Amino acid sequence: MEPFTRLTAVALPIDQANINTDQIFPARFLKKPRAQGYAAYLFHDIRFNRDGTEDPAFVLNEPRYRKARILVANSNFGCGSSREGAVYTLQDFGFRALIAPSFGDIFAANCVKNGVVPVVLPQTVAAELRHQLRMSDDPMVTVDLVQQEVAGPDGRRYEFAIEPFPKHCLLNGIDEIEFTLQHEANIAAFEQGYRADFEWLFRSRPEGGSTDS
Amino acid sequence: MGKPRTIFDKIWTRHVITERDDGDTLLYIDRLLTQENSYHAFDKLRREARTLRNPDQVFSFADHYVPTVARDQGIEGIQNPEIRHMVETIEADTKQFGITLFGLGDVRQGILHIVGPEQGITQPGLVIAGADSHTSTHGALGAFAFGVGVSDVTHVLATQSLWRRRPRTMRVAIEGKLPFGVTAKDAILAVIRKIGADGAVGHVIEYAGSTIRAMSIEGRMTVCNMSIEAGARAGLVAADEATFAYIKGRPYAPTGADWERAIAYWRTLTTDEGAAFDRDVHLDACEIAPMVTWGTSPEDVVPVTGVVPTPNQAPDPERRARMDRALAYMGLAPGTPLTQIPVDRVFIGSCTNGRIEDLRMVARLVKGRKTAVPAMIVPGSGLVKQQAEAEGLDRIFADAGFEWRDAGCSMCVAINGDMLQPGERCASTSNRNFEGRQGRGGRTHLMSPSMAAAAAVTGHLTDVRQLGEGG
Ligand code: SF4
Repeated sequence: MEPFTRLTAVALPIDQANINTDQIFPARFLKKPRAQGYAAYLFHDIRFNRDGTEDPAFVLNEPRYRKARILVANSNFGCGSSREGAVYTLQDFGFRALIAPSFGDIFAANCVKNGVVPVVLPQTVAAELRHQLRMSDDPMVTVDLVQQEVAGPDGRRYEFAIEPFPKHCLLNGIDEIEFTLQHEANIAAFEQGYRADFEWLFRSRPEGGSTDS
Repeated sequence: MGKPRTIFDKIWTRHVITERDDGDTLLYIDRLLTQENSYHAFDKLRREARTLRNPDQVFSFADHYVPTVARDQGIEGIQNPEIRHMVETIEADTKQFGITLFGLGDVRQGILHIVGPEQGITQPGLVIAGADSHTSTHGALGAFAFGVGVSDVTHVLATQSLWRRRPRTMRVAIEGKLPFGVTAKDAILAVIRKIGADGAVGHVIEYAGSTIRAMSIEGRMTVCNMSIEAGARAGLVAADEATFAYIKGRPYAPTGADWERAIAYWRTLTTDEGAAFDRDVHLDACEIAPMVTWGTSPEDVVPVTGVVPTPNQAPDPERRARMDRALAYMGLAPGTPLTQIPVDRVFIGSCTNGRIEDLRMVARLVKGRKTAVPAMIVPGSGLVKQQAEAEGLDRIFADAGFEWRDAGCSMCVAINGDMLQPGERCASTSNRNFEGRQGRGGRTHLMSPSMAAAAAVTGHLTDVRQLGEGG
């Protein structure tokens, strides 16, 4: 995983609240192999018209935001399903940090596991940032994970909170599985006791089902 | 005597492997359920050269991508190469890693949240992680079950565990008898209406009260299924005699002396008298009517006797804006009586309402009637289909003009090719009415199976009670 410390980049303002994972990454693209990248599917159905042309009304299609690597959203961003493709598509487009008053639970966790920083800032601050991004000639934002600070286009700084463990993983690009495997002895010990208590869960299995449907 | 505890506390505590300084807990996972889209996880496992810790605790299901027609030719018969590739991949991955697959061509194949309980894989007291957000369904049997993303699937494959922060608890108590024509689906839609689509964020819901106790296990599954639509991490119901009767004799259920030990343990999994919840919500069953959604969130729901709401009566500007957008997407005018809204199509199925009791409900209503619009019924599993056919329900459906399909997620999520056309309006028994959920531009109205059946025979949203049929 790529570590994240500090990033200054173009930021994309999205005003609509409750953007769900279907809007970020429509389900029908889930079957696309990741190898080719998911950038083209990001916000697909609100970004493109039915004939495949760009919808000029959608903010990402404005030339000034095309290189955005930070997103400033409204509340409950990423609500909906557990589909991780929603994070892949943001990531493949180039986003490394997302700012919003609140995030969908599973979505925020998925961000951290993929090295994307979910930054929670108060409703009023997020609204102010989005406003400035639209007004400014230079719609840039800085996300500093070390200092836990965001700087807006006007240079004003806002502190944000993040739990120490996700912060540690994001800063150092630590893979969660590797970390957990350091607890292998605990898992093995637990498993032994557990299997003794609940033997019935681990007995041999029924034969495979019939295939003569 | 210790402090009174909730069922959730008991399950959680029994699964703690270790705790981290920041309060996160490493939780043991009893069962992992995966589907076609979990291929990212197997790829990652291979890429990082990791081993699968306990293949016996992983179950895979071909459900999201499988076609629901022309199944006699198996995988070869799948026309769309991308979809065929997904189904081939799950076959290959499960074979390579030695995982049980409920695949195409297996009569037990079906939606993971229907097949798990049906096979007895789901049992009280278990911690179950599933690669679909509606894994909360399994809570109906007294398990702590939740949806996870691909990274977490990979984590469980490699370690049989997950890091979790302990959620808060909420009790939703529903008391009394559900009125004529009102079902479990209406009850959960009423809960979501009351607490909102984010009303249970960060919480595990325990459903309690006489209404829940009187519900069949299948009805409880419908309720737990939609917990996630209220933002909850999971939903569960204490196991009781009905639960034990449901599990007994299923292929993966314990037998003989094991069975006795198992139920002795399961009986301890109830919430102790006086245990505290972080939040308590109460509903009166007798006040619940058949419900229909009008917008693009499950919280946009009203009794079928109502009208499409008026945005400028909403309390705050943000809510107003969201309602305006939802009404524009749905092509509806404020004040329209719901029963005057015509539908183009009806979908009956999904892990919310694709079980045998749901199909019986539909059959009771459509028997001797004719569909007014195209309507399809997709059973939740091959065994549900078999059972329905043994009861002759398929003939009732065919006589009424319904399409009778093979098992899968189908038009709940519209990734197998079953989808709405832009602008099409659908009466659906699934769980999500988000924009584009059932196909780009498709308009979804969520409701119970009998309400969907009523819409199918009249061609518009209909109060099922007017057709003189109960749920
Ligand atoms: S029926 Fe719908 S909600 Fe249920 S598992 Fe399938 S896609 Fe998920």
